[in-house]
Amino acid sequence: MDAMAGRKPAVVWALNISVVLLVALWLFPTLGLLISSFRTGDQITASGWWSALFPAEQTMQIRVADPDDNRVDLGNGRFMVEGNIFDGAGFAGELNAWGTSSRRLGEFEPGVAADLGDGETLTLQADGAYIWEGNDDQISGRAQRVFLDVVTPPDFTLENYNFVLFDENNSEGMAKAFFNTLTVVIPATIIPILIAAFAAYALAWMDFPGRAILIAIIVGLLVVPLQLALIPLLSLHNAIGIGKGYLGVWLAHTGFGLPLAIYLLRNYMVGLPRDIIENAKVDGATDFQIFTKIILPLSFPALASFAIFQFLWTWNDLLVALVFLIDASGQTTVMTKQIVELLGTRGGDWEILATSAFVSIAVPLAVFFAMQKYLVRGLLAGSVK
Amino acid sequence: MNPALQGLITIIIGVGGCVGYFYGANLFLDKVLFRAEGPNAGRNINRANQIRPWLFLMPALLALGLYLAYPVFATLRLSFLERLPGNEYAFVGFDNYTRMFAEPKFMEALRNNVLWLVVVPAAATGFGLLAAQLTDRLSWGNIAKSIVFMPMAISFVGAAVIFKLIYEARPEDVAQIGILNHLYLTFGGDAPRQWLQIPFWNNFFLMAVLIWIQTGFAMVILSAALRGIPEETVEAAIIDGANPFQIFFKIKIPQIMSTIVVVWTTITIATLKVFDIVFAMTNGQWETQVLANYMYDKLFRANDWGMGSASAMIIMLMVTPILVWNVYNARKEMQ
Repeated sequence: MDAMAGRKPAVVWALNISVVLLVALWLFPTLGLLISSFRTGDQITASGWWSALFPAEQTMQIRVADPDDNRVDLGNGRFMVEGNIFDGAGFAGELNAWGTSSRRLGEFEPGVAADLGDGETLTLQADGAYIWEGNDDQISGRAQRVFLDVVTPPDFTLENYNFVLFDENNSEGMAKAFFNTLTVVIPATIIPILIAAFAAYALAWMDFPGRAILIAIIVGLLVVPLQLALIPLLSLHNAIGIGKGYLGVWLAHTGFGLPLAIYLLRNYMVGLPRDIIENAKVDGATDFQIFTKIILPLSFPALASFAIFQFLWTWNDLLVALVFLIDASGQTTVMTKQIVELLGTRGGDWEILATSAFVSIAVPLAVFFAMQKYLVRGLLAGSVK
Repeated sequence: MNPALQGLITIIIGVGGCVGYFYGANLFLDKVLFRAEGPNAGRNINRANQIRPWLFLMPALLALGLYLAYPVFATLRLSFLERLPGNEYAFVGFDNYTRMFAEPKFMEALRNNVLWLVVVPAAATGFGLLAAQLTDRLSWGNIAKSIVFMPMAISFVGAAVIFKLIYEARPEDVAQIGILNHLYLTFGGDAPRQWLQIPFWNNFFLMAVLIWIQTGFAMVILSAALRGIPEETVEAAIIDGANPFQIFFKIKIPQIMSTIVVVWTTITIATLKVFDIVFAMTNGQWETQVLANYMYDKLFRANDWGMGSASAMIIMLMVTPILVWNVYNARKEMQ
């Protein structure tokens, strides 16, 4: 029965490994973006996101605290500076080894007192605490440099999200675009469903001349590229005074979403049992009652599938928003447009880019995982005959 | 007015308007226009039932006509006109088309689009079929499928950012943060490459984004088709001594051929219209132009409506065979 996998363990192993590879190939791109969105800009440029999950070993050069401000007089002409090397470095880690010269990195173990000549010593502990001791001349002027070989634990921050979503001073923030996108999406999802449901019922269960031709036309319109609609409709919107704005984009999304909506819903409604509808007719129900009381509740799965499609499509759309919504003032920008702008202006700031992109991806992903069942059903109703 | 409030009002007006229209028009038909009583009750009911479908269809037909059918003709008309100052138009015949075909950037866009049309549907369908077959009998197959399907939910723009991070190149002496350059250097590459700036090959790096997104779609549909194959045909082949590859290519593939064609054409349509990926990643630089982005350039940057419409008509022309084929199949199926 299990022809491809066979029963041989080797084949089963090969199968599992190839699927793991496939899944990895499809998962890692998104994972890279997600992980990057939790790292600071410095971390992102210092190492690839794939190394962020593991403790990182790195060498760095830090000076101890300024001796003129911090030294303590020990008497007998001896002075000392005490502190932690990680203070002010913005991170903490565990010291593997350290040195005082770039030529001899990792010369000393943590806890060892390094002799710097003429009685000057520096002791560095694994946790970064140090004591630097010497005479008046030695413990003054420029602070001693140390070269650290540290292991930093995986370190993630929510700062990027805070900056991108909640920082009032960030003119390139995503908060406004997020609400604009939401404002576009909700009416653009709800209105076509209602219009399409009635049309689909008429095409599925009402008999009238021209029905077959109408269905054929709708199948044809399914593939008409919306590129053709841009200029004629923008001119039309300008001519009737809608111009660029939410109303225009809602209407456009409604129009562009209708063929798929009608097609999906009709295919589903046609499959509903004929008996129920005929019994209702015999009992004296009108078409309107049959539609609202029987067809609509039974068609919930198809309605949900289309709602998800339309939601994903309008949320992720760039072209329709560019043409019908976003005017020169930029007040109505949506997230996709905002990200394209950021790609231009902040091309190298991956912490901003990754976080902004993930903010826009997060909602559709949540919807996807929550409603996957309906999405799959809808796809199958639309494609498999 | 606050857009959120405006949105809420639109939902209420839109939904209320739709419900009101359907309910009101239906009531008007039954109670006012053709009352189901009196001497003509029977005839009136029949008449009302003849009109009712059109009542139900009206809003949809209006929207479809205005937003999809009318633009096809309007764009066709615009493609033969030249826009003059002062909102006037002059008929120029095929001038827009000849000018367009003389432009190297258009020929580049056409070449790239053909390349996309050949590679993306084939690769996405192929990977989808592979994923569907491999995960078919796997205990954790559904989780694997979910993950391969997931990019469906990600916008082209989001995917563009994701893949830009993959293709990122940094100077040779610092750590590479783009995984492609990291792997390239690890496996013996000499210096980090700017993958999106290598003419011709960069097209394939852009296509990878769409393939990554569309494979899940192909997988879901082909997986359902594979499950629909009658078990007996496979069992018979096993008894006859067919090896797994023979079963896959000679028994399973022929039985799901019609579904493969549907998947292939659906992805072809999506590929033809590809815009966001190119717009966000290269904007047509380094010889990566495609028709949809070329058209956007002409319409909204060069403000040349004639040539923009002409290039839109080229996209329409490329869709037409699939359109005809779909309509033909739909009609055949209904009979």
